[in-house]
Amino acid sequence: MRKTFESEIQQLKDEILVLGSMVEQAILDNVEALRKRDLDASRRLYAADARINARRFAIENQVMVLIATQQPMAHDLRLLASILEIAGELERMGDYAKGIATVNVRMGEQTLLKPLIDIPYMARKAVDMLHRALTAFVQEDAAAARAIPTEDDEVDALYNQVYHELMLYVIQDPRTVERANWLLWVAHNLERVADRVTNICERTLFVITGEIREIKSSDDEQETIQKQ
Amino acid sequence: MTNNDYVLETRNLNIFYGSFLAVTEVNIKIPRHKITAIIGPSGCGKSTLLRAFNRMNELYAGVHTQGEVLFNGQNLYDKNVDPVEVRYRIGMVFQKPNPFPKSIYENIAWAARIHGYKGNMDELVENSLRQAALWDEVKDKLKQSGLALSGGQQQRLCIARAIAVRPEVILMDEPASALDPIATLKIEELMQELKQYFTIVIVTHNMQQAARVSDYTAMMMLTGETRSGTVIEFDETNKIFTRPSDKRTEDYVTGRFG
Repeated sequence: MRKTFESEIQQLKDEILVLGSMVEQAILDNVEALRKRDLDASRRLYAADARINARRFAIENQVMVLIATQQPMAHDLRLLASILEIAGELERMGDYAKGIATVNVRMGEQTLLKPLIDIPYMARKAVDMLHRALTAFVQEDAAAARAIPTEDDEVDALYNQVYHELMLYVIQDPRTVERANWLLWVAHNLERVADRVTNICERTLFVITGEIREIKSSDDEQETIQKQ
Repeated sequence: MTNNDYVLETRNLNIFYGSFLAVTEVNIKIPRHKITAIIGPSGCGKSTLLRAFNRMNELYAGVHTQGEVLFNGQNLYDKNVDPVEVRYRIGMVFQKPNPFPKSIYENIAWAARIHGYKGNMDELVENSLRQAALWDEVKDKLKQSGLALSGGQQQRLCIARAIAVRPEVILMDEPASALDPIATLKIEELMQELKQYFTIVIVTHNMQQAARVSDYTAMMMLTGETRSGTVIEFDETNKIFTRPSDKRTEDYVTGRFG
């Protein structure tokens, strides 16, 4: 029963995977354009973010239509609500990728303060987490949805490493502060991508269990602040 | 919740049509001043269970009931309980509006009169019609036949008639299934008003209606070798429609069964 509805839900899951792969590619391409200091590529990528936004709106619209016409309940309702939420998360990740394009273009003729090693590594790690989180979502794999957020610590550790390294440059030569800041901005954006992967995993568990719970990673901001 | 928070409670309730066990082992408690919906696929015993709450099943040939239905702690099926008195305390509204072929005024006054009402009849008629959200539409034509009203108005007249005798509980068996969407919404709005004075139990095929109007939901299903109806899940409505515990409830509310 409900074959039409089920195929429409399947189609939405596919749409989420498509949007996800667009975001993954945008993150990797933007970091690569920065590494190569390819300003034309960054300008193109900056403009291409509009496609991600449009895709998100299309998903939202499809979900609204399904809610209005099919009156989903229980698991179906949780799934559709989560698709709305995840489409929003992906769109924001696209904005972080676009932020990297902004950095590259604004840097203009300035050279990179240091060769990019940890930042591309952060990007690959975040993209890998995102890819697996979306797979866990469409497959409703609770074990994976619980495990992936723990890897956020690795991304945070990389961010801290980049931060300390850049600060050393600044201490040695305060005139590097602007160029250090550009790269810190990029690292921060990638760190935020990984944080949002955790939100996707939270939604996956919500679809499966019906309970919405915050997944805490060890770097939880609140904990850090409370410790200080 | 304490026992006083429940107006009705069934204990090991079994209902037979002749030798056929139609409803089996129902143990639920109906919270006071709340709306409880009974949902489930066709033929699972929803209406039969509803009619057990005011001994209406006895009006059908061959039906007999085992177990207890406690109304404020008193078993309605005790030998010394008068079924007419029960139906006066626990009123009923049916699927098809069934006003008496009398004037709007008499539809309400008649029931009150036979129940021995001695107060101001005009006041009672007005108050009942007001509570049923019908007064403004009929106040200038109280002498007209109740049958001249629209279906939705007739159903509200039946609700006014039911509440005129000040019952504690109103049972509603698909009260809006014969009405158009606007009349349906009026009945649903009215139920929200009425629950501050009465406890309402409603049987509905319309799951969206159950989700919209009720505070609690009982999910019924045919089970076992005898294919008898029973309540498989009873919970807050919000939970039943967002994260039910029983897989069969999930399948039913998501439209994959029944």
